[in-house]
Amino acid sequence: MSELLDLNLVEASKALKNKKISSLELTNAYLKSISDTSSLGAYLEIVEDKAIRMAKESDKKLIDGTARPLEGIPIGIKDMFCTKDIKTTASSKILENFIPTYESTVTQNLWNDGAVILGKLSCDEFAMGSSNETAAKGNVINPWLKNKKMSPGGSSGGSAAAVAARSALAATGTDTGGSIRQPAAFCGITGLKPTYGRCSRWGIVAFSSSLDQAGPLTRTVSDAALMLNSMAGYDQKDSTSANLIMPDLMNYLDKGIKGKKIGIPKEYTQDGISEDIVKFYDKSIDLLRDEGAEIIPVSLPHTKYALPAYYIIAPAEASSNLARYDGVRYGARQEASSLDKMYELTRGNGFGDEVKRRIMIGTYVLSSGYYDAYYLKAQKVRRLIKEDFENVYKKVDYILTPSTPTTSFELGKKQDPLIMYLNDIFTVPASLAGLPGISLPVGLDKSGLPIGIQLIANSFDEPGLISTARVLERSIGFNFIADGVAK
Amino acid sequence: MSETSTLKPGHIQGETGLWEMVIGLEIHAQISSKSKLFSGASASFGSEANRNVSLVDAAMPGMLPVINEFCVEQAVKTGLALNAKINNVSVFDRKNYFYADLPQGYQISQFTKPIVGEGEVIVDLDDGEQTTIGIERLHLEQDAGKSLHDKHPTKSYIDLNRTGVALMEIVSKPDIRSPQEAGSYVKKIRSILRYIGACDGNMEEGSLRADCNVSVRKSGEEFGTRCEIKNLNSIRFIIQAIQSEAERQVEILETGGTIDQETRLFDTSTGETRSMRSKEDAHDYRYFPDPDLLPLEFTESWVQSIKEKLPELPDSLKKRLVQDFGITSYDASILVEEKDYVDFYQQAANGRDGKLTANWMITELFGALKKDNLSFLESPITSENLGELVSLISNGTISGKIAKEVFSEMMKSKKSPSEIVKEKGLEQVSDDTEILKLIDQVISNNQEKVTEYLGGKDKLFGFFVGQVMKLSQGKANPGIVNKLLKEKLK
Amino acid sequence: MSNKDTIVDVPTVNKIARLSRLDIPEANKQSLTNDLNNILGFVAQLDEVDTSNIEPLASVTGHKLPFRSDQVSDGNIEDLVLKNAPESSSGFFVVPKVIE
Repeated sequence: MSELLDLNLVEASKALKNKKISSLELTNAYLKSISDTSSLGAYLEIVEDKAIRMAKESDKKLIDGTARPLEGIPIGIKDMFCTKDIKTTASSKILENFIPTYESTVTQNLWNDGAVILGKLSCDEFAMGSSNETAAKGNVINPWLKNKKMSPGGSSGGSAAAVAARSALAATGTDTGGSIRQPAAFCGITGLKPTYGRCSRWGIVAFSSSLDQAGPLTRTVSDAALMLNSMAGYDQKDSTSANLIMPDLMNYLDKGIKGKKIGIPKEYTQDGISEDIVKFYDKSIDLLRDEGAEIIPVSLPHTKYALPAYYIIAPAEASSNLARYDGVRYGARQEASSLDKMYELTRGNGFGDEVKRRIMIGTYVLSSGYYDAYYLKAQKVRRLIKEDFENVYKKVDYILTPSTPTTSFELGKKQDPLIMYLNDIFTVPASLAGLPGISLPVGLDKSGLPIGIQLIANSFDEPGLISTARVLERSIGFNFIADGVAK
Repeated sequence: MSETSTLKPGHIQGETGLWEMVIGLEIHAQISSKSKLFSGASASFGSEANRNVSLVDAAMPGMLPVINEFCVEQAVKTGLALNAKINNVSVFDRKNYFYADLPQGYQISQFTKPIVGEGEVIVDLDDGEQTTIGIERLHLEQDAGKSLHDKHPTKSYIDLNRTGVALMEIVSKPDIRSPQEAGSYVKKIRSILRYIGACDGNMEEGSLRADCNVSVRKSGEEFGTRCEIKNLNSIRFIIQAIQSEAERQVEILETGGTIDQETRLFDTSTGETRSMRSKEDAHDYRYFPDPDLLPLEFTESWVQSIKEKLPELPDSLKKRLVQDFGITSYDASILVEEKDYVDFYQQAANGRDGKLTANWMITELFGALKKDNLSFLESPITSENLGELVSLISNGTISGKIAKEVFSEMMKSKKSPSEIVKEKGLEQVSDDTEILKLIDQVISNNQEKVTEYLGGKDKLFGFFVGQVMKLSQGKANPGIVNKLLKEKLK
Repeated sequence: MSNKDTIVDVPTVNKIARLSRLDIPEANKQSLTNDLNNILGFVAQLDEVDTSNIEPLASVTGHKLPFRSDQVSDGNIEDLVLKNAPESSSGFFVVPKVIE
């Protein structure tokens, strides 16, 4: 069984198409792995029957030669994606019994391409968090260290932990300020946030509409390319979706980076960044130079202000996006004699502390008398941040940064919300600018925890992002496996 | 408050002096689209509860708005018809508040950058005068759903069929000075909307509602504190509500009180306004640009193409009617109120006496329809038939008096006037010998009166005409009767 | 990280909680107030940035708002719309009585 789990997505797909293995075998191996690693708490819902049914259908297509790009590949879905007839909670108590009657565009795209659903993956409540600790059903454990309970990162903590623990061949995530890239970094896997507009947001529980973007969490860059090929695409149901055709990313895996210019922003090596991360960052720069890239120091002067701007814009949008959870049409209602009391109790009990904090912040910054000072100011700073990137992309093709300032931390250790927010300091700027970014594992720190490096490309240059990430991946040769993988 | 009837409309005589009303209107017009502003559910009226509701309207998690092109077009069309500035870039904002029939927890509206800016509209007043009312802006927004409070003693029932239906909010400047003016303004806006087909203007079904902002001041003073009367759905209520609200405010101010800026409801049973009970906390709508939508942009050439398709509007039509048909400006303003009237009139009056046609249409036809409780479209008399009637009068086939008889028959039988005239033998008698016979008969029957008349009692002439007409059953041509009588009684 | 003293106090927190329709237990109010002050103090860093003559950026997408044609393409799904409702009756959502 465990040889099946050793195959990455691209390898498994090849084996399926060559009929070396069947989707049913592969899916069963993953279902067993899910049960073996259940103590990690990555899954909120396992849909075994449906997985087996889908795997059998895939096997038929594999036999009759009508296999689709992801035929028979068992994957996990972050609980932010609405899945038809499968409970979707966004890791929140307020949606504890919500069963969508519809399927999100991104997951539908995956099923249309033959993928098999294993279940729904835990995340921070409404994707608000960087440690997966705000999930209503409790935190997920990072599979890397057996002796310590470490955070898988967040908000796509369940997705990252499942891929690292090999209880999903790949997973979907959503990234608002780093929610794919940061947990990917913490769990030693690859996480790709596409350009804003690349994947439809239709059917994804909204956190911050101008920032939310779906993307894959996978073991390798090629796996990410294959997943994003299926996930991306124009959707008329999402007005912010980009009406552009993304080229087949699999054609860009081996393009190399000769002559490409890579920017190293000076603002990303600040105090507080771990030494081990700096070491591997430098090593990554050297490797890319050796592969023929030109390394150019650049400056993104407003980087420091990205996080404060983000913590105004995202909560502001969230405060409005989460107003619909009022206990009238769905969700866990708390009965009361008046409508207003019902709202207050339903929302007061249904949302966790972090979500409530962000709703409060968001309401405050939009409220009369504060709008200009906070919200409008943040939007202006957002423009400056975007312009920083635009200026730099006149000179370079890609930007290389660390994914996070530190590696994973112990669960329960970061109580101060503000300290927690600092996790996203390197991922938030690209989010505000809507740019595609990928985090890939480059090494382990002294305690054996993975380190992630982030590559940021210009808008809609996912092909180039894949080529470059692939070069770094190959040259660094990261081949460690998390302790928590079921043997 | 007393003796308002002797004052000019819009004025209230108080103990301390004369008060004047300052009124601004926000008209909410439902766009006549098939589907909603941001979803593909039907915008039709009167369906079963929650039938015309999509997952977007019910604000299910992850649902997103996509804008209806037709609705954008109607807003631009209306803007052009109001001589207003069209903003080629506008922005949708979220207006955040909690309410049971507002599923998203916000209404998508336009706050700082509406699709249409300043414009103006010429309003015809009841006394035949005209006034110009400024338009502040027009924006697109979503309607809310419906809460039913009478289905259960402790529960409210929510129907989302109207949720997300496209509305245009047309905001006037505070240029209106009397309840009657407000009524005329709404009439004019409704007329324009119906001409261009942007809204059916049906106030009973709620397709057109108005919020009225009312304040009072002494002439020449600054504007006073205003109150907003919500959701008035008939012109009569608008007039009543404004009058009663202004009187309430004057009463408070005259007794040394101050006006609280607040939202009020009009109670149709008492004819008075009352404060809304649910206003306990001040609203803070936290408007911000809807991040699910992008700025609404269109090109100047798109606006031009809409402009070219615009039908002739009431003001220009009115001028043309006065010029082409020689009717009074007052009559013309009545005829252009509705597109259907003008079309009817132009067909009926084509090649005929315009003034006579206008009289018959406005006085007789409108009067008869009102009496029979019929709408204009239900009229038993077609434009062709009314025109024919006018021709019959003009060419002397029938007299005006007979025409009235024919008209009431037309109302009943829907027959053409010539058919009726023929069937009943109502043609006018203009033959001299025929009429002379009648005259002779009248003279021989009234010898005494003839003597009196010849003796100088001139007034009796009318009596003889009447007798001759009576004898002819009204068919004798009165002109000829007059002429021949005069000759005969010399 | 600049931490301005007190930006919000408990009464302000009450007001914001009310606007947000969030029931906050009395015992949690002070710590929530402290958290909000820390966060608002942190974001106040933006005051350092000169944003005069800078247009606010609401969306990073470069395209225009796409239009949909006016067709009835949705609805007639009362069962799906009401399926997750905590309370419904004869086709309506049901809530505690609202007083206008």
